[in-house]
Amino acid sequence: MKPLELSHFSAVLIFAVCASVVFGISQRNTPREMVRYGLKCFVWFLGGVIAAGWFMWLLKR
Amino acid sequence: MATIEKTKQAPETQRYPLTTFSIIVLALGWLVPGLGHYVQRRYVRGALIQASILTLFFCGLAMQGKVYTSNFGNLLDILGFLGNVCIGGLYLLTRSFDWGQGAVQRAVADYGTKYIVVAGLLNIVAMIDAYHIAIGKKK
Repeated sequence: MKPLELSHFSAVLIFAVCASVVFGISQRNTPREMVRYGLKCFVWFLGGVIAAGWFMWLLKR
Repeated sequence: MATIEKTKQAPETQRYPLTTFSIIVLALGWLVPGLGHYVQRRYVRGALIQASILTLFFCGLAMQGKVYTSNFGNLLDILGFLGNVCIGGLYLLTRSFDWGQGAVQRAVADYGTKYIVVAGLLNIVAMIDAYHIAIGKKK
């Protein structure tokens, strides 16, 4: 079977979506809070990766 | 002079009794991701949790991630095995059908390995959430 080829960013995107959904559901009580917390986690995951990417780019220079 | 005694009131701690049903919920949640929520009629939550964990797990397998076997060698391998076992029934299926790779040969496969381990760890989070609902700690 041909292996799944994902770019670094799409791999992070899938990871962030799945982890944020579980965190959102498990860490908050009401649906509204769950959605808000899930979105917050997603933004932090993605923002952290983009920031780390730029940091590594600076280190390389 | 009268002394004022300060009485500190301890915060009320509500106790949540351990029930047979809560243990069953834990076991079902371990066996199949999301099942602990399904048996408590939390269908949407269960479906979302199940979809997330299964997506991570099967993407990890499709990326040729490594599936750890029981070992007593490297600490990281032991932790990886524990992370894999947390996925429950899917791990048993993986071992019986010999899915997954024994060794990582590409960078993407290393991501796959992490996906599989994280799927197991997220399943633990989901199991505890289902348990909290079962004992009444969470609405």
